[in-house]
Amino acid sequence: MSIFNLFRKPTSAPMARERLQVLLAHERAAQGSDLVAILREEILAAIAKHVQVDAEKVRIKVDRDEHVSILEIDVEIPRDAQAMAA
Amino acid sequence: MGKVLVVTSGKGGVGKTTSTAALGAALAQTGAKAVVIDFDVGLRNLDLVMGAERRVVYDLVNVIQGDAKLPQALIRDKRVETLYLLPASQTRDKDNLTPEGVEWVITELKKHFDWVICDSPAGIERGATLAMRHADVAVVVTNPEVSSVRDSDRIIGLLDSKTVKAERGERMEKHLLLTRYDVTRAQRGDMLKVEDVLEILSIPLLGIIPESADVLKASNVGAPVTLADAKSPAAQAYFEAARRLAGEELPVSMPEEKRGLFGKIFSRRAA
Repeated sequence: MSIFNLFRKPTSAPMARERLQVLLAHERAAQGSDLVAILREEILAAIAKHVQVDAEKVRIKVDRDEHVSILEIDVEIPRDAQAMAA
Repeated sequence: MGKVLVVTSGKGGVGKTTSTAALGAALAQTGAKAVVIDFDVGLRNLDLVMGAERRVVYDLVNVIQGDAKLPQALIRDKRVETLYLLPASQTRDKDNLTPEGVEWVITELKKHFDWVICDSPAGIERGATLAMRHADVAVVVTNPEVSSVRDSDRIIGLLDSKTVKAERGERMEKHLLLTRYDVTRAQRGDMLKVEDVLEILSIPLLGIIPESADVLKASNVGAPVTLADAKSPAAQAYFEAARRLAGEELPVSMPEEKRGLFGKIFSRRAA
């Protein structure tokens, strides 16, 4: 990093990039493909049969690549719910 | 059997029509038979960009409604003899485009042409979905700008769900054409870089068309930029993109930075 960078104004492109990444992750999950929505519902229903899940504590992320998409579902399960199931 | 290519973007004004004309001409200049179809019923412009606006007699809607035969509506380019145009209707409504009619026209054209290139209207409504419906390959035209990237993402979603190919469970081949790119502004950090757009949209890159006065000059005189000024950087980028579409593997060249005398003197420090 050169000393000139200290006097440079902050650039706007990184902000554009970050805003887009956040927005599109949201939009893709919301209405992108029906398959994702169906999978999410069915997986959550399957978990809910055995433990209580708080809908607020579920994080869903879809990463799209040229060849594959990765569906990530993070479900937070409270300790007492686990005990209940056991 | 020819290949059907759709040039689409979601957002308007990003360069779909310019790119359709340039890619169509570039493919035809190599000797392939190409036809470009304007799907923007009611707001046709491909005829104007191609310099054929005074030669339009019949259009896509006339053919679909049976008022004209397909060969009667095709306009042969005066400069490249393997290039043809099927114009859109300027007076009719887009509701006159029927799915069956469009399918018939495309099936017929595929028999006689190597490339059937569909210039999609902006938006995600009927005209746009019909233009992409029968495509084998899609070129997604995007500007390095937030609203264009967002709309391209939406269009990619539609290409993967609403096309015949997608419905058959096949993979739609999609390519990114980044237009109006300004290397200087991207390097300065005030414009999304090629890598940023590629990472966000995750489809392979077909080409980078630099922001250039030559593109406007070409449309002023009614010629695809590959014909108007074949040596210009924009035309060169379109020629490369066309070769890639035809299956050639060649690296995408980055447009060069425009530098004045001062820029050249101070270029070391700026880098």
